[in-house]
Amino acid sequence: MGKHLTATMILLLSMLVFGFSAGYAQTGVVRGVVTDAKEGGTLPGAAVQVKGTLEGTVTDIDGNYSITISPNATLVFSFIGYESQEVLVQPNTTVNVALLQQNTYLEELVVIGYGVQKRDDATGSVTAVGSKDFNRGTLTTPTELVSGKIAGVQITSGGGAPGEGATIRIRGGSSLRASNDPLFVIDGVPVDNDGISGMRNPLNTINPNDIETFTVLKDASATAIYGSRASNGVIIITTKKGKEGKPLSVTYSGNFGISTPIKTIDVLDADVFRKEVQDRYPNQAGLLGTANTDWQKEIYQNAFSMDHNLSISGAYKVLPYRLSIGYTDQDGILKTDNLKRTTASVALNPTLFDGHLKIDVNAKYMNIKNQFGNRDAIGAALQYDPSKPIEDGTLYNPYYLNDVNGDGSPDTVRMPITDFGGYYAWVQPGGTDIPVEQGSSNPVALLNMRDDQSTVNRFIGNIQMDYKMHFLPELRANLNLGYDYSKAEGDNITPDYAPWSYDALNGGGNWSAYDQEKKNELLEFYLNYVKAVKSIESRFDVMAGYSWQHFYRSNSSLNSNYSRQFTLDSIRPGNYQKNFYGDYMRTYNIKSDDNPTESYLLSFFGRFNYTFKERYLLTFTLRNDGSSRFSPDTRWGLFPSAAFAWQIIEEPFMAGVNMSQLKFRAGYGVTGQQNITDNDYPYLPRYTLSDQFAQYQIGNQFYYTLRPEGYDYNIKWEETTTLNFGFDFGFANDRIYGSLDYYNRKTSDLINFIAVPAGTNLSNYILTNVGDLKNEGFEFTIVTRPVSTDKIFWELGFNATYNQNEITKLTATDDPSYTGIDVGGISGGVGNFIQKHAVGQSANTYFVFEQVYGTDGKPLQGIYVDRNGDGEITDADRYYYKDPAANFYFGINSSVSYKNWDFAFSGRANFGNYVYDNVNSENAVYERLYRPEGPYLGNITDKVYETNFVNPQFLSDYYIQDASFFRMDNMSLSYFFPDAIKKFASLRLTATVTNVFTITQYDGIDPEISGGIDNRLYPRPRTYLLGLTLQF
Amino acid sequence: MKKFANIFLIVAGLTIAFSSCTKDLDTVPLDKKVTTAATVFENPEAYLQVLAKLYAGLAVSGQEGPAGQGDISGIDEGFGQYLRGYWYHQELPTDEAVIGWNDQTIKDFHGQSWGAGDVFIAAMYYRIFYQIAVCNEYIRETTDAKLDGRGVTGDLKAQVQTYHAEARFLRALSYSHAMDLFANVPFVTEDDVVGLFFPPQIQRAELFNYVESELKEIEGQLLEPHTVYARADKAAAWTLLAKNYLNAEVYTGMARYGECATYAQKVIDAGYQLAPVYANLFLADNDQNNPEQIFSIAFDGINTRTYGGTNFIIHAAVGGSMNPSDFGVGGGWGGIRTTSAFVNKFSDASGNTDRRAMFHTDGQNLEIINIGEFTDGYAITKFKNVTSTGSAGKDIDYPDTDFPLFRLADVYLMYAEAAVRGAADMGMAVTYVNKVRERAYNGTSGNISAGDLTLDFILDERGRELYWECHRRTDLVRHNKLTSAEYVWPWKGGAPQGVATAGKYRIFPLPTADVNANPNLQQNTGY
Repeated sequence: MGKHLTATMILLLSMLVFGFSAGYAQTGVVRGVVTDAKEGGTLPGAAVQVKGTLEGTVTDIDGNYSITISPNATLVFSFIGYESQEVLVQPNTTVNVALLQQNTYLEELVVIGYGVQKRDDATGSVTAVGSKDFNRGTLTTPTELVSGKIAGVQITSGGGAPGEGATIRIRGGSSLRASNDPLFVIDGVPVDNDGISGMRNPLNTINPNDIETFTVLKDASATAIYGSRASNGVIIITTKKGKEGKPLSVTYSGNFGISTPIKTIDVLDADVFRKEVQDRYPNQAGLLGTANTDWQKEIYQNAFSMDHNLSISGAYKVLPYRLSIGYTDQDGILKTDNLKRTTASVALNPTLFDGHLKIDVNAKYMNIKNQFGNRDAIGAALQYDPSKPIEDGTLYNPYYLNDVNGDGSPDTVRMPITDFGGYYAWVQPGGTDIPVEQGSSNPVALLNMRDDQSTVNRFIGNIQMDYKMHFLPELRANLNLGYDYSKAEGDNITPDYAPWSYDALNGGGNWSAYDQEKKNELLEFYLNYVKAVKSIESRFDVMAGYSWQHFYRSNSSLNSNYSRQFTLDSIRPGNYQKNFYGDYMRTYNIKSDDNPTESYLLSFFGRFNYTFKERYLLTFTLRNDGSSRFSPDTRWGLFPSAAFAWQIIEEPFMAGVNMSQLKFRAGYGVTGQQNITDNDYPYLPRYTLSDQFAQYQIGNQFYYTLRPEGYDYNIKWEETTTLNFGFDFGFANDRIYGSLDYYNRKTSDLINFIAVPAGTNLSNYILTNVGDLKNEGFEFTIVTRPVSTDKIFWELGFNATYNQNEITKLTATDDPSYTGIDVGGISGGVGNFIQKHAVGQSANTYFVFEQVYGTDGKPLQGIYVDRNGDGEITDADRYYYKDPAANFYFGINSSVSYKNWDFAFSGRANFGNYVYDNVNSENAVYERLYRPEGPYLGNITDKVYETNFVNPQFLSDYYIQDASFFRMDNMSLSYFFPDAIKKFASLRLTATVTNVFTITQYDGIDPEISGGIDNRLYPRPRTYLLGLTLQF
Repeated sequence: MKKFANIFLIVAGLTIAFSSCTKDLDTVPLDKKVTTAATVFENPEAYLQVLAKLYAGLAVSGQEGPAGQGDISGIDEGFGQYLRGYWYHQELPTDEAVIGWNDQTIKDFHGQSWGAGDVFIAAMYYRIFYQIAVCNEYIRETTDAKLDGRGVTGDLKAQVQTYHAEARFLRALSYSHAMDLFANVPFVTEDDVVGLFFPPQIQRAELFNYVESELKEIEGQLLEPHTVYARADKAAAWTLLAKNYLNAEVYTGMARYGECATYAQKVIDAGYQLAPVYANLFLADNDQNNPEQIFSIAFDGINTRTYGGTNFIIHAAVGGSMNPSDFGVGGGWGGIRTTSAFVNKFSDASGNTDRRAMFHTDGQNLEIINIGEFTDGYAITKFKNVTSTGSAGKDIDYPDTDFPLFRLADVYLMYAEAAVRGAADMGMAVTYVNKVRERAYNGTSGNISAGDLTLDFILDERGRELYWECHRRTDLVRHNKLTSAEYVWPWKGGAPQGVATAGKYRIFPLPTADVNANPNLQQNTGY
């Protein structure tokens, strides 16, 4: 990278030199900030024009402008939805302007790839949400800010853990095997959104309080400038900055919350359980205990959280700055689960050389300490015998003090294990003290006897220099250098007296440690030339650039047992974890590994915008991407797009029509996908050395083996072609505005992991390009302001999306008997799948037997419809039935202000999303009451009374259920004290409830299941929060 | 004009600055465990390490033990292990074994109701062709021309030539399995190169000829018998030849029992002896002082770990009132048992008469009411992770016990069957069978005479001697008893008492996935 940097710096400097040598007379620069007169916020994208000429500029992201003028010029400041203002100005002055709002959009900001654009000029499908409209609550992840706010964007959290990861889908997924995550660009740096070890959600890096805008680029004409990484949409996040000329401002915001579990799964209580076991397994009744334990109650808790943020912003002379720090401490509702996060960010954005050189420096740092609760406890709490106590009374462990060698002092040898830390555990038959290896473990022991921690540090920084040529102000050069670094370390420790980690022979226990380092470097450079030619009523905006990105990742791990070596004097439950690590030995099963890998992505890109008569807009983009993941013959991919927009409202014939906005957009483009997260060399023939546990004996010696790997030399980009048509409209002076879009996306040459003809490659499955799929849909957004007076302001927003996904091709040859690729692994048995990727179906369609019901309406065990009529029920009778993706999804949000009161809510609805109820397909069967492989007893869910199934019927469509829902994500009420501390500070107090209520027919604990298989979901809690914001 | 000059300069400068970066795209793996194919054989050790992988392909499921970086995909890695898959196919459809789990379609094996979409069948098929493909790669990379090209000479060259022959043996072994289980299969050799093509389908009889010619060609190049444990030597090739000749009538329609006896005799003459104690053949130290073992799949608690292999056979057989410690494991998986039809092959199930009757009966019902219940059907205690002296194996989770793929008793019984079928000496046959039975009965009380030696007796005796050693399905097919009404056992065909099934179940279907991927393949009749 150093070499590129040097070359670019030389270029940039040479431009400066050229620039200064050009020189100018008489004229000078005027600059300043354009703000909103009422709200005080800055207005990015506002037009600043020299009256009577075509010369003009647009305010940047922070509302700043600078323009070269002659003396006594008049500047016209205008912005859609605001009243224009004219100001007489002189060269070399600063003129700040506050515009008065009409009743119209607040967010005129449109950040696009490599630039900012007036919304008017946008030809693509782009949705932006500003900080004012963000969701409220305990937010640890940026995406939570906009959940439900944007048509076509679906955000589904993986569960209710603090900082839990989320699945983000823009207009459905365009890939099957490669990543379906959108590209995230944070302050100009495309960041690595792949998982970070020991971190629940890689996006937690950004403190949501620092975010200014969240912009989603949806169609190809908007995204194609990002080429090979844009198939799943692009999300551009910009963070808050200081403003030139603004005084020092200090803001503290904090909140305190309590999260509570809403619902648990209904299992048999201890008395019913005892009766069922006695009735059904009378010979095993001796295994019953006398306790009454509600295991789910024992593992969940009301959880406390707090969040503090302090930011300082202002400007020191020409140096606007913003500094912020944040601290979050959040407990999970699963006991022992906790997240602590510290964030810090610095933004400096000075403008030098009379506005010719703008520098943006952004640095964000984050430190997360996770204490992961053992999620195995969630499943175990359903299944564990309720007639057993948590502890069985044996607290002390006399064997620790055994003196085997008879020298009078405790021995330093490892002792046999008998009491499992005082927790109840099943033991093997025949009066042994050997724990049962198979089956579930005591849920409370699972939580308390595993210590699973991680620490993650991440830094994302960039410096961006934007230079407007002195000799040619229409030409800008922009250099962006970015660095994204993360380092994660984690330890996971289970002591040897944990029953599930027992090993009498060699000492049990487990200690695994991992660390991961990721380094992603970015260099981007582009030139932008903007020229208006009055004589032909045209404006040209041309941009060309280069991007170089390097991704490096190194994972190392160490795994070993964790057996006691020395005597310990006390191991009361809850007290044995950290205190005694030093006394443990790691002598057995030691395995360490280290896997560094890297990839490069090189790109050349360009964009051409042409505007005719301010109402016909054309955009062409082209990107040429090279990826090191592909062979020299296939690594370069070309991604073009074209778009057209027509400002119908500007047409003379629209005069007199009561509309404030009417624009038609049409776009077409090709984007790519190369994000194969698990293999950086899919094309390269190579050999892999085995680890020490996969050696082979030849004679009396063991040899590490070398394996030739399967490969596809011809693997290449996956390509998605998108067609988009849309209208933007506004009525009654934008009291009502919105947009409607239709899209059609076809992905071809899907990067897929499929079976190749047997014997032709060095594995049976190869990563290769086979298959096509499509997504088609509509998006509709409308925002209205039913009431807008001095005292009351009411805004109501609604969005709706329809998306249909279909796989159109999967294999090299077409065979109707091929049922597709198994996906959707379920729990119960090993290797069972409930979903298929199949031609003619949506991705992840359920593949099941059709259940037959008795006259009483109950399903009959093992009786299915013989769909192919061959007289027997075989795998050939399974059929495709429903899929987990919602076809329709909606978002609704509203805010009402009355004087200093403010009330807001936001909610979402999904329709047509189906869930496979794996909780009950596995646990609502009588055979789970008694398991001979232990033997042990296990609890079942009370849904067993609806089926009376003895054996599990995993593949019955009975368990595929409609999980359509409406969820009120959050409601908040706040009161604003403008002069809380004698005009020195303002104060806002806010009360918020998140996950307020859910309306659904689905009777599992939560209808919203990412992937559609409901099993052992970490329940999403309801959270009550009190927050305050103090601004000085 | 100056402006344009400047722009020109900038553009020219940029072009030079950035075009040089494209060589960044030529990366090679950073991971020290990964070597490019172009350089791997620069290290002479690699020849043995790749050969070790070909052997390990029968024992482990991937490059990490017990699981991780699986060799094949599309199935749970443990299920996809070669021996476990082979065991499922050779034992579960027969009277010797039932399994109680809810794993996918696994119960279809015993019910003989599998279909072409079955993942276990696909896994076995792909496992076999995985072996064939990596053997082909090794055979290509170790030709004399390649060795000369790399400057390999002298002792190393001679060694690699032997390795080369062993790779051909391992390929012949897997092709034999393919021929036995799937009949007409795709055919790829070292002459094909890695890439997308559609291999032709070879007919079962042609495949028989190919395997026969391969084994005969390499016979002389392999190591002498007893040279190095766990490597395939001449005796391994002879045993495989004998086995294929024994079944030649099934494969080709033409009986070859005489050659079966010839090659069996070659093995017998090579100095193998029955181990004195039958039970010790299936213990953790069965790689030590074992005069009977001809070719084994080696496992080790420390170094060779898998969820398949003997790990599966031992764990899955333990449940109910069995004490896992007696089997050298931490706990059972409670899955596999046997049918009453098999138990009744022994006049006395206690093991007091015939020591090979190794059943756990306490708490077990002889008859199977519910296949899902471990306690229905007697459990089998044959394989254990304890040594012949009673101590535990090296690890409680991963057994040391090796799997006897070929052993002398099998060869004796093959010879005897050839004799009964009129192609070898009956007197020798009686002697060989009685050697086997004398060990079983701990004396001569179980000895037979020539008059007892019938085909049915041989089939039953093979069951008693070789149960759970992956011979049963092939034997039942050869005796026309796998699907026919001549012999039924509990739950054959899915009925509690057992019923005859369709003849198509004598072989397995080609997996739909491969029929779909390769237009040259014709599905086996009936599927």
